[in-house]
Amino acid sequence: MTTDGRVLIEVQELTKRFGDNVVLDGISTEIRQGEVVAIIGPSGSGKSTFLRSLNLLEVPTSGRILFEGEDITDPKVDINRHRQKIGMVFQQFNLFPHKTVKENIMLAPVTLKLMTNEQASAKADELLNRVGLPDKADAYPGSLSGGQKQRIAIARALAMNPDVMLFDEPTSALDPEMVGEVLEIMKELAESGMTMVVVTHEMGFAREVASRVIFINNGNIQEEGAPDEFFAHPKHPRLQEFLSKVL
Amino acid sequence: MWENIQHWFNRYFVDNGAHEWWLTGLKTTLLVTLLALVIGVVLGFLVAVVRSTHEQTGKLKFLNVIAKIYLTIIRGTPTMVQVLICYSIVFASVNLNNIIIGGIAFGINSGAYVAEIVRSGIMSIDRGQMEAGRSLGLSSGQTMKLIIMPQAFKNVLPALINEMIVLLKETSIIGYIGTVDITKAATLVQSRTYDAYVPLLTAAVFYLILVMILTHFMGKLERRLRRSDH
Repeated sequence: MTTDGRVLIEVQELTKRFGDNVVLDGISTEIRQGEVVAIIGPSGSGKSTFLRSLNLLEVPTSGRILFEGEDITDPKVDINRHRQKIGMVFQQFNLFPHKTVKENIMLAPVTLKLMTNEQASAKADELLNRVGLPDKADAYPGSLSGGQKQRIAIARALAMNPDVMLFDEPTSALDPEMVGEVLEIMKELAESGMTMVVVTHEMGFAREVASRVIFINNGNIQEEGAPDEFFAHPKHPRLQEFLSKVL
Repeated sequence: MWENIQHWFNRYFVDNGAHEWWLTGLKTTLLVTLLALVIGVVLGFLVAVVRSTHEQTGKLKFLNVIAKIYLTIIRGTPTMVQVLICYSIVFASVNLNNIIIGGIAFGINSGAYVAEIVRSGIMSIDRGQMEAGRSLGLSSGQTMKLIIMPQAFKNVLPALINEMIVLLKETSIIGYIGTVDITKAATLVQSRTYDAYVPLLTAAVFYLILVMILTHFMGKLERRLRRSDH
């Protein structure tokens, strides 16, 4: 576990309720710079809700989330400014279908006046090379395979030069033969030092790439630790049961 | 033979001011439709954004109530009654050109239908699109304008074209406020020539041509917007 990096995200007593349904039951943790945190757990355990709370796509019922020291759950905070620094990759890609691949990547930096058209274009070319799809610049998302879409979605998030990247089950909607190409990009990203929080069912990725694994069940962190220890000697009975089913 | 045709043409399209009526009628129909289109589309988009923003986030409560009242009243009363109310009550004491009054009345009317069409388009866009835009740091307004609206517009364009065609033809009731449009021109020519066939069929052909022109250009726009489909 990397512990030397500064704290990027600090989660304090995060609770989320939908009506009577308690999805997150007072979660506290912190994400440090350079960490790759894999979040695993059964369906409906609250792991996606937890991840989506980190950039306030889900508004917590109570608790605080400090991003780079600032409480982003404070209604007075300009959340858009913080979201520029928090990249997000979705299970369903959510590319903009009416824009070309390159326009998808350039849209946010140009609209938010963080880059000129030329700068964004150069950045897009660089990122397209990085995700191995330089020839798709002028294609529309509809013509891409699932794996290609997700690689473009990663490039789109990276175009904002984020401090942290959130991945919400990035390979769950993919055909099996396309999972590898996306995981490969994510692995390279992790090796480049990017701070990442990844909700995933890919135990191989969690074991190999993550610096810390979190097991969420019933809206709580029931166990966390470095992947070697986590997978070799799970302590919580629910985690033992979960791992016996997925491994 | 040639003389007969010329005589016939003069009778319906030139003599006794017929040519002026036809020209005025054509001009009025076009201007009223154009004005109503602009007002209807702007109003419709605004109302649609208010309604769908309220539906998705619970914000804009007050504006949403106003929008709902507007939709209920406009869709619940006949267009002709609305035009008459506009002419005889709302703008009765204002010295305003009938074309402008008609344009406003039809525009307010059309806006209600455009609003529901556009709202259905906005609601049809996957919520992941809004989330993707917001996660990049765009405001909800920016995401609406750059991501949601272009897609929604493309999806509802056929329904919007339909509404435009209905609007164009519905302006034919503007004769009731004493304005000479294509239909009124036809009845005027009819009363001078004691013949119904030629004037009314001429009016029908005028509308048909206008609708075909409108459909042609909208079809072009539709094909252009479909470039991103595969």
